Formats: sequence, C-alpha cells, structure tokens
Amino acid sequence: MSKEPVAVVGIGQTKHVAARHDVSIAGLVREAATRALADAELTWADIDAVVIGKAPDFFEGVMMPELYLADALGAVGKPMLRVHTAGSVGGSTALVAANLVAARVHRTVLTLAFEKQSESNAMWGLSLPVPFQQPLLAGAGGFFAPHVRAYMRRTGAPDGVGSLVAYKDRRNALKNPYAHLHEHDITLEKVQASPMLWDPIRYSETCPSSDGACAMVLTDRAGAARSPKPPAWVHGGAMRSEPTLFAGKDFVSPQAGKDCAADVYRQAGITDPRREIDAVEMYVPFSWYEPMWLENLGFAEEGEGWKLTEAGVTEIDGDLPVNPSGGVLSTNPIGASGMIRFAEAALQVRGRAGEHQVPGARRALGHAYGGGAQFFAMWLVGAQEPTT
Amino acid sequence: MTAASPPEVLRAPLVVEFPFTRSLGPVQSAFLTGLRDGVVLGVKTSDGRVAVPPVEYDPVTSEEIRELVEVAATGTVTTWAWNDRPRPQQPLGTPFAWVLVKLDGADTALLHALDAPGPDAVRTGMRVRVRWAAERTGAITDIACFEPYDGPAPKAGPAPHDGVFQDPVTGIVAEARLDYVYSPGRAQTAYINALSEQRTVGERCPSCHKVYVPPRGACPTCGVATTDQVEVGPAGTVTTFCIVNIKAKNLDIEVPYVYAHIALDGAGLALHGRIGGIPYDQVRMGLRVEPVWTEGGRYPDHYRPTGEPDADYDAYKELI
Repeated sequence: MSKEPVAVVGIGQTKHVAARHDVSIAGLVREAATRALADAELTWADIDAVVIGKAPDFFEGVMMPELYLADALGAVGKPMLRVHTAGSVGGSTALVAANLVAARVHRTVLTLAFEKQSESNAMWGLSLPVPFQQPLLAGAGGFFAPHVRAYMRRTGAPDGVGSLVAYKDRRNALKNPYAHLHEHDITLEKVQASPMLWDPIRYSETCPSSDGACAMVLTDRAGAARSPKPPAWVHGGAMRSEPTLFAGKDFVSPQAGKDCAADVYRQAGITDPRREIDAVEMYVPFSWYEPMWLENLGFAEEGEGWKLTEAGVTEIDGDLPVNPSGGVLSTNPIGASGMIRFAEAALQVRGRAGEHQVPGARRALGHAYGGGAQFFAMWLVGAQEPTT
Repeated sequence: MTAASPPEVLRAPLVVEFPFTRSLGPVQSAFLTGLRDGVVLGVKTSDGRVAVPPVEYDPVTSEEIRELVEVAATGTVTTWAWNDRPRPQQPLGTPFAWVLVKLDGADTALLHALDAPGPDAVRTGMRVRVRWAAERTGAITDIACFEPYDGPAPKAGPAPHDGVFQDPVTGIVAEARLDYVYSPGRAQTAYINALSEQRTVGERCPSCHKVYVPPRGACPTCGVATTDQVEVGPAGTVTTFCIVNIKAKNLDIEVPYVYAHIALDGAGLALHGRIGGIPYDQVRMGLRVEPVWTEGGRYPDHYRPTGEPDADYDAYKELI
C-alpha cells in the first residue's frame, strides 16, 4: 500500500525576539500552536497527536518539558512524542509528525518546536567542564570557524563571500515580520566592518540568540481537501546521522548531508535541484555555511557554491533564492530553527510568505543540521499533490 | 555485565550547577506573588473545579483559563511519603513527610513538605495548614512547609481574586545542581596516563586501521573495539584553525590566540589545541608543530612551530 500524501495546512510562529519575559515556556509554545490552528481553521479537537521538539533539556534546565507542556498543546488524552536531534531537531520533529500521517497512524498531527534561549545557557549546556579534559578553547563559532577556513582553502573562495550572505539574509529578514533581527540600517560595509570574532567569522556573520516557537498542522489527503487555504504537500523527507568525529569525516561537506539530500530528491523525483527547486530555506548559523551547503545539497558542484552566492543567485530575486525569510542568521531559537526552515519552505509553496514570497515558488527545500554537523533533516514541499 | 571496571580506571566527581531563570507568565506570576503576600491562589477550570497550584491551560479542554480564586491556607493530606534523609536544598533539614495537600477550596493537591515528628504522626486525611516563611520573595518556598492543624475547613468557598498585586513577581531563579561520578573509561584513562608521561597514545581500529586520538575504545565507523595502542606525534600538522578574538570566561588565555586542529603524525584524525611561539597572524594551514608541556600539566599547554617546512596540502587534506 502506498503512503498517505501529507499536507501542511497550518503554520504558526511567534515573533522571534531576544527575550520573551512576558510568557512562560507554556505560553510561548501555545502562541505558535494557536496560530497554526487558526491558519488551518481547526481546533484542538481536530488534532490526533502532538509531536514536539527542542534542543537539549540542559538549555533551559526543564527536564522533559513535553510532560509539562501537554495541556498547553492540547495533548491531554492524545499521543505526545518528543524528538531530539540537537540543532536539527525542528526538522526531524516535523518529519516524525509527517511520517505518522504518511503511515496512516494519525490523520492530523500538530508539530511544534521551541527554544527560550533567554532562559537558557546554550554555551554552558554544550560545554560542561569534564574532569581530566582540557577546557574547550572556543565557543560554537570557534568550533565551526576552522571548517570555514578549510572550505575557503579547498575552494579558493574569496574572503568577502561570508559578508555577502549575512547582508542578504539580514535584508531578507526586514521583509519577514516574525524575524528576530530587523536591522533597518544594515549595509554591506557594516557587515564587513563588524568585529572578527573567530577569524574568519565576523560578528555580523553569526546568528542571534532568540526566544521563539514554530508550529505546523500536518494532515492527510482528506484533511487537505477540507483545508480553506492552499496546502503545501510533502514530496520527500529524510534524516541522516553520522558520528561527531571520526577518521575521514568531511566537516566541510559531510557525507550524511549529501546522502540525506539525495534521498529527498529521489523521493521527490528531482534530478536537477538547481533548476527544479524554486526556494531554499537552509540552516545557516554562520554565513559561510550557505556556500558550503549549496555544494553539500547538490545545488552547485564541489568548489562552486561560493560563486552562486557571489553572483547573486541566492538573493531573493535571484534564480535560487536561499533563506528569503532571513534564515537562522536573523532568527535562532535553536530548537525551533529547523522547523522554521521547514515551515518557511511550506509558506513559499503555499504562496503565503507575504513580503518575502518568492514569486511563483512551486517547490521548496527545508533543511536543518545539528550537533557537530552530524544530524541532517530535510524535506521538499510542493504546491501540487505528489503524483507518486 | 561482566567484571567491574578495572581499578586503574580514572574517576572523579563532576558537579554541574547553574542558576536557570524562568519567566512566569500571568498565572504563575499571580500565584507566586500571592504566596509572597500570604495568599494562596488557584484557577477555575472549565468544569468548575479549582486547580492549586494554578495552571495556564485547562487540563481537559486545553482552553486558556485565567479565572483566579483565593483558597484557604488550610487543607487535608491526600497522600504522603516519609523522607528519612533530607538532602541539601530540600524544604526541611530534619526528616519530614512529602505530602500532597488539597487546600480547603481546591480540587487538586499541592506537593510540599510536612513538618511532623515521625511517620507515625502522619496519615492520609489529616488536617494541615501552611507555615509561612519568615521572609517571602515570591517562590514556592514562601510556604516554609505544612504543619498539623486541628481546625475545621472554613465555611466560605474559594473567593474570586483579580490576581493583581503591587510589584508582581515576573520571574524566578531556579538553581539546578547535578552530582555525578565521571569516569573517562579504559581507553581514555590509558590516554590520560600516557599524557602524564608526555606521550600521546591513541588506539588503532583493527578493521579500518585508523588511529584514534584520543581513543574512545571503539571505532565509530566500524563499530569494533580498539585495543592496539599506538604512540603518535609528538609533532603534527595544523590542518585548519581560527583566530579567537573574544575572551572566554574562566579561560586564562590572552586574545587573540590561535585555536587549531592538529593532526599528530600517525593519527587518523586531528585533535584540537592552541598554537603559541609564533605571532597569531603567521599561523597557517600546513604549519608543523610540536607540543609544549608545562610542569604537572595533564595535557600540552600549547603547540609551537617545529621549524620544519610546511606540510604539503595533499599530505593532510584528508584530515581536515
């Protein structure tokens, strides 16, 4: 028996900001969930199961928050699952929810991811002092910056490409009312002049720390038929993992990322992603990851990703817009960031992305990664119901 | 399980503690501010019951609920468990009972401590009352504990309350502390012990023949145990690096400094270290380096140039 087609019929986000002191964690997730239900014109009673994701419990220090959030998310008396795959969790959470519908386990599933970074300490949560071990010498940026340098060495990319990405994403964020950073006076010169934190990564080329949540309502073909607004259809979805460190790991272009993308394209019948995909929401927490992922995801040949960025191809009016929402560089509630990518891809093909809509977007890719570039989650959504 | 770990495996305490902050939202803010002011608030659920402590969303219908009521500071124990050995940070320093108390006017029970001389003095159904803390800040500990109480329940039911207080408490700090005993295990113990002799010893995978430094005891690619010890280095090659310009807390290193990935000669993957003995802006990929040890250090303090010619890119590009 073939899989049930899966449709995204409701999307809700909070306005992402540095700190939401006015709400509890329950209040935060509730806001995104009720907006997703309102978008789908459904009520709590229409939801059969809830799938929730966030980054490590250590971040906010609430152990197993899904238990406490069951009533805020209307999960009482229903199955509720928690997913955790580090920074990619928002993506993998959506995929678990989608699979429940595809497998006809549930008809309509609410999926949600969040992070309240203002109440958390991600740096501390990720770098506990371990006895006998040398203290870590750098933060997250310090972990990724050497890989960026390796990419530059491998491809001969000029120094300025990272700043171009940051400048583009911050301008895109100005068109997205939910984005955290709205830097109205952003200029390329300001990005280029921002302090070098972990050379080659500048301050303006790093993501902010945000409070936020994102929710989606996924449903089956019958649910999609009742949807008052156009759905986004899931054409392919996959996850891949690999160890954080192993001999032969390619940090610049991890094999798990390539395999994950290939699986999604195969499911969706995509043979030329550069031409067949109209918009990409990829997980770019440091600007240089845009050209790196362009290669890893098959949009450019190895060594050529930076040329697309430099040529303006990934601008919102380019022929492969990347992160029209402003991306992780403009909004980063860690656990939710992957789901925001997936949701923004769905908004594009539903034609509901507002001012940051890519005109005529029919197929869009949502991408997330996490851990030491070891967990990958992606989906490809389309405006049309898949034919297979 | 087979035999216990060999005695030579290293172990050390690992204490993780952090003061987490919490934004309370409207309902918990009213509840904790009420405790500060000596008032216990509950919330009315859709079916007319009173939940204490109050919740933001209805446990049955999931609707947002905001109708607050004041309940009594007296109530009835619905169940309990005796705690013989109180741990640090628990409500009482002497043995006490954990109790669920249904306050008069409430339909749900609140978890707290009951000060009682012994388990024989505690029973389900016994009457208790709040013992308020001398100094109250807007926290659940504003109720110091419960204590036995002979009086009857008040005649009046729960009274409506607008939840409005002067200077409401909007956030709290929740101290978290976890105590572990950490052991790096057999393979890393051998690695750490060798470091104390200023040698770097990894382990080779019997299947793919890559040398893991530090060793983990198993090859993550092949999934087989690594037991064959191999000394690597001491010199190595900088495969990639970044220049750190921001000072990390609790790290006594002057910025800028170079944080590098270093593939020691013979190792199958790079480890991380700081480069010294050369101006930071002259460090490059391919630079040949060697460890610099300090007296009593558990690991190399940093790595410095050996003076050899740089390694050819092709020689280390697979290790990046």
